[in-house]
Parts: sequence; C-alpha cells; structure tokens
Amino acid sequence: MEKLNQSSLLKIKEIVSKHKDEPGPTIMMLHDVQDALGYIPFEAMEEIALATNQSVGEVYGVVTFYAQFTTQPKGKHIINVCIGTACYVKGAQLLLDRILELTHAKVNGTSHDGLFSVDATRCLGACGLAPVAIVDGKVYGDAEKSGLVEKAIQEIIACEGGKQG
Amino acid sequence: MVNVKINGISVEVEENSTVLQAAKKAGVHIPTLCFLKDLNETGACRVCLVEIKGARALGPACIYPVSEGMEVFTHNKRVLAARKNTVELLLSNHNKDCLSCARNQNCELQKLADDLGIREFKYQGAYRPVTFDDFSDGIVRDTSKCVTCGRCVNACAKIQGLGILNFIDRGFNTKIGPVYNKSLADVNCMQCGQCINVCPTGALHEKEEIHNVINALHDPTKHVIVQTAPAVRASLGEEFGMPIGTRVTGKMVAALKRIGFERVYDTNFGADLTIMEEGTELIERLQNHGTLPMITSCSPGWIRYVEREYPELLGNLSTCKSPHMMLGAIIKSHYAQRKGIDPKDIYVVSIMPCTAKKHEKNREEMKQNGLQDVDAVLTTRECGKLIKMFGLDFEHLRDEQFDEDLFGEYTGAGVIFGASGGVMEAALRTVTEILTGKELDDIEFKAVRGTEGIKEATLTINDQEIKVAVAHSMVLAKPLLEDIKAGKSPYTFIEIMGCPGGCINGGGQSRVIGNIRNGFIDIDWKKERAKALYDEDAIMPKRKSHENKQVQELYENFLGKPGSHKAHELLHTTYEKKDRFNF
Repeated sequence: MEKLNQSSLLKIKEIVSKHKDEPGPTIMMLHDVQDALGYIPFEAMEEIALATNQSVGEVYGVVTFYAQFTTQPKGKHIINVCIGTACYVKGAQLLLDRILELTHAKVNGTSHDGLFSVDATRCLGACGLAPVAIVDGKVYGDAEKSGLVEKAIQEIIACEGGKQG
Repeated sequence: MVNVKINGISVEVEENSTVLQAAKKAGVHIPTLCFLKDLNETGACRVCLVEIKGARALGPACIYPVSEGMEVFTHNKRVLAARKNTVELLLSNHNKDCLSCARNQNCELQKLADDLGIREFKYQGAYRPVTFDDFSDGIVRDTSKCVTCGRCVNACAKIQGLGILNFIDRGFNTKIGPVYNKSLADVNCMQCGQCINVCPTGALHEKEEIHNVINALHDPTKHVIVQTAPAVRASLGEEFGMPIGTRVTGKMVAALKRIGFERVYDTNFGADLTIMEEGTELIERLQNHGTLPMITSCSPGWIRYVEREYPELLGNLSTCKSPHMMLGAIIKSHYAQRKGIDPKDIYVVSIMPCTAKKHEKNREEMKQNGLQDVDAVLTTRECGKLIKMFGLDFEHLRDEQFDEDLFGEYTGAGVIFGASGGVMEAALRTVTEILTGKELDDIEFKAVRGTEGIKEATLTINDQEIKVAVAHSMVLAKPLLEDIKAGKSPYTFIEIMGCPGGCINGGGQSRVIGNIRNGFIDIDWKKERAKALYDEDAIMPKRKSHENKQVQELYENFLGKPGSHKAHELLHTTYEKKDRFNF
C-alpha cells in the first residue's frame, strides 16, 4: 500500500489528540479525518484504534457501516444527489444521469481525473425542494428543471482547466 | 428472587436472570444460535424468540430479563412459526452444500434446521458476494457459510484481545472479516483457531491436510511416522460420541497403527526433551544474568502474537522449539541415521490440538537442509475424520502401546504439557531437582494448575526466591507483558499458552457445542480434559522429564548434553519482528 505523506499523518495525529478524551470519540475523529483528507486512510484507522483502545478491524467496521466515510480518496469536488422518495418522484434519476454524464464519474465513485465524486444519498430532509442536489456544500432545490447544478459543474470544469470537455 | 411461569411451569429465579436461564430452570430447552454465554450476548439471530404475555412482539430469550409474574411461552404456535421462519430466512442466503461441507453432520445450523422440521427452502433470493480465504496456513474463512452471528468477532476480541474479525459493511452486504476484508494471512492473526471453535457453521474451519497424509501413506517410497500431542488423547473420543474428558490414549494408538503409520510416537517424548533444553536454558539465564523473565515458547499461536504485538520481548522467549518440532527434527536426523533411511523419504505427521501448528511447521526456521522437521499437522478433528475414513470402530478398539524404539518412553511431566500450567510444572520438577541436587518431596505444583485466570507461585530454590506466573489466552498474558515492557515484572519464569485452559482447549480440538458452552449441559469441558491429563500423570511410573531413560540415551548417543551445539542446531530456533499488516 502506498505510504501516506507526512502532512496527512500530522493532520491525523492532530485530529486524534483533539478528540481522544471526549466521550465516543471514534465517530468524531472519523468525521474530521474524512473532512480533512477526503477519505479514511489506513494510517488514520491505526491511529484511532490505538487512541481509543480498539482494534483496526473494529474501526474499519465503523467506517464501512456509515455511508459518509470512504476508504478511497474522494474527488476534489463533491456532489450529492438525493434519491429519497420525494426527490425520486420529482425526477432525481434524470438529474443524476445528467450529472454522471457531465462529470464522467460513476455513482458513489470518483472521476478518473479526481475532480468529482458523485454520491446518491438518502433523504436529505428537504423534500419540499425536491429534487435536491448539493455541490460542494451548496444546496440546490428544484434541481431537475433549474439547470443550476449543471451550470455549477461546468463552471468548476472551466475553472479547473476544462479537461472534462 | 422473581417468580415466572414458563409454559405454565412456575419457577423462582434470581432477579437479573434472562428468560433463557429461567427456562433452563423449568426444564425447557429454547434453541439458540448466536448466543454464547459471557462471549456473545446480543440477541441478534432471533432463533430464541419467545412470547411474553402482554408484550406486543416476540422477544429474544437469551437477553430478555425476567420480571415478577412474567408468563412466557416458548413453543406455542406463534413462536414455533416465527422461529422456523427465522431459520428459513437465514438459509435463504446460505451456501447449502452441506454434503461437502467441513461441518457436515456437526453443524449447529444444520441441527437447528432439522430440529425445526424444515423440509423446503421457502425463500429463494439473492446471495451476498462471497469471500473465500484459504491463504493462511491454519484457518479457512468462507463467508458463504457465515450467518453473521458474531461469535467469532467476540471470541477474537474477548479471548485474545485482538479483534481481528469484525462486521464489515451493513445490511444485506454485511460480512465478517479482517480489515479491508483481507486474508487472515495478511493481518496480525495468531492462528489460534478459537474463532473456529465457536463458529456454529462451516464458515471457519481448519485448513485440512488429511489428503496429503493419505497420499503419503499410500506412497511406497515414504516412511510415514506419526506423533500425537498430549492434549489430543483428552478430546479425540468426543469425535466418536464419547464423553468429554475420556482418555483414549490406547485406542488412538491402535487406530493410527491400523491406518498404516510406520511408527506411532508420543509427542510427550519431545516434551521431556523440551524440558531438558528449556530447563537448562533457564538455569543458565539464572546463573549468568540472562534475560529474565524467560517465557515458554511451546505455543505457536503465542509466538505469532509476540512477533507481531510485542517484538521488544523476543529476547525473553525461550529459544526452544515446541515439542513436536523437536521430535520431528530428531526423527529426521537421529532416527534416519539409526534406521539407515534418507531423511527425504521420511514423512512426519503431527496430530495436534492446534491450528497455529499448521503454520509453525512451515516456518523457514523449522527446516534442516531444506527439509521441514514436520511435514503435515492434523487437528484432533481431522484425526477423527481420518480414523472414520479408514473404517475403524474406534470405541471398540483394544488399547495398544506407542512404539518403544528410540522415543517410546515418556514421563508424567510430558503428559501435562497439554494443560495450562503443565509446562511450568514439568519445568519446575526438573529445574528444582537439578539446582538443589535433592529429590522433591512433593512434585505436584498445584498453584499453577487450573483452567481459569492468571496463576502464580513463589518458590525457594537454594535460598533464592523465584516467582513464576502462568497465563493462557492473550487477554490474560497482556498485563504480564506490559509489566515486562515497563521493567517491573517480578517473575523469573512465565508460561504463556495461546488458548484459554491451554492445549486441551486448543483451536484444533473437538468442537464444544453451544449447549455445553452455555451451560445447558453441565460439563466444565476444560476441567474435564485437563483432569484426563493430570490423571495420566498421576499413574505414570516416572513423572520427571530428566528421569526419561530414552531421553538420557539420546543425549549420550547423539546430542551430547542439554544445550550442546548439536542440540542448538536441531532443537532451538530464532524469532523475528513481523509486520502486523502485510499491505
């Protein structure tokens, strides 16, 4: 397995020591690592296991249980498309298909150039705005018709050098 | 105390009892699958569902607490239908190749399906993706047979403190495996096989070597020798329905002779030899300020653990090989020479209570001139299968004796190696007599016996006080190891075995079913098996390793003296730090 770079290792240590005396620290550590590095590397699971007196296997069990943690590096830009019932009825699948075409990513995967990760998510609790998509933390409602999500993606591609064509 | 009614039978039970315990007291048996007392109490599998009067849904008896006046129905129409449905659902995703399964005829799931009268596969549907891992030397993991009960997960975590096996993913895709679903060969697994012993199905089993052994037996160019570990005789009978703790030494020898092994030897000879070498090593360390405490090295699971988890303590390990490896090395050198056989044509089979020994025999350090000291390791369970394959009526075989040429003699000290504390006791018998030059009044060191917890003793030899400790399982060993690491261990000599209770409860022994582990059948299986060994020790004419005549002759004719150059070459080994994860 590829070795993790020094700055990521330091970041992991910092996160682990920040949470280690709090109750139920595993999830908080994992959230922070996922946010900071875009995924949970093996070294992070080892550090967390050591600090919380668990085995690496146990930490891995938690990582694979929750959909928001990944063990593969995430893309630079993250797109979530809700496929909960309300969004699905309002055309979320059509929206998702168009996004996949634009980003060249697979569902719950990352594009080859590492630019985009596209996740199909469960209900985001904004059914009144269905269908809903989130691009880099920004929520778009009524996204099937508005065309704003597609626009946002095209802007990112233009900004990043237009490789996606 | 609380009064409850189980199927109309009134019983009085302790306040924090479960429905399952109350039912036992009422003489009612509720079937269970995932439940293991003190180890896996989760109520996950729903096989033990019962109806509680007044409760909306059925509840799992194994974890349902009793309350005053509670009325429980364990086998009414609703319960029976639900229980059957639960098992039918489990079977819908189960690889039902029972005829060719390693657990055929002793599977807990198979028995449940039979007990509940399941006669069709009601639910046909998707199967989850399968992982089949047979890369490690000792343990095979086949998730197609796994019911995700979690017994192995908790055995690994609570017995060895390793927590290697765990639930991966969620929902329908849940599987049990090591981190990244890697092979057990690539993680810090000690190959102890305790996970195998608790698995209710064929999802975890030993890597079988039976057919290699049969091929060797049928190869006219091979001279096939078998040796049996002390703990095997205390468990092998169980494979043939005999009560736990029946000592079957003579029948086992008779069976192996009929199967066609050229020689049937007792690993106890190797154990006596181990005591000569290990005792000498301890005396030398005591007299020359060597690394102390010295820790025993007979348990290959423990060796795998220390190489990965405590490499800084490798210097504390005795350099002695384990008894069966010693005997293997002597067979391929001294025996070969004496009988005029090329060591290449000798095939040594060890029958062991252990899955880690399957790995140990493959270690590079355990070879001479490119030849393995031991060629195949069969577990007690495999030995039972082998005997059945050869059509022998085990129970009615007349007792026979081990072969007596060269390595036939053994002492009581060798026999007790199979129980936790046995190596310590055997070593103390010899070391004390050598150091004091006087015969011991009482050779039974009872303080180091027993199947529960850490055991310790203090003895005075030549006015010097010596403290010893005995641990079995890594959860018990860990505090002792931390003390050594911190430089504050009060001990001179420590015995560590990989499995709780020692080899008598090894990962290769006969399976002890859930009903016994959960106390529905009142047998303390570890105690009964240990007793079988201590009883054999008590009736032996010689009970101290240094009194073994043939061991003495081996030194006179071949090895020189204990700790000699030749002894080191053949009977000692080296250890090295190993990576915990290979990826």
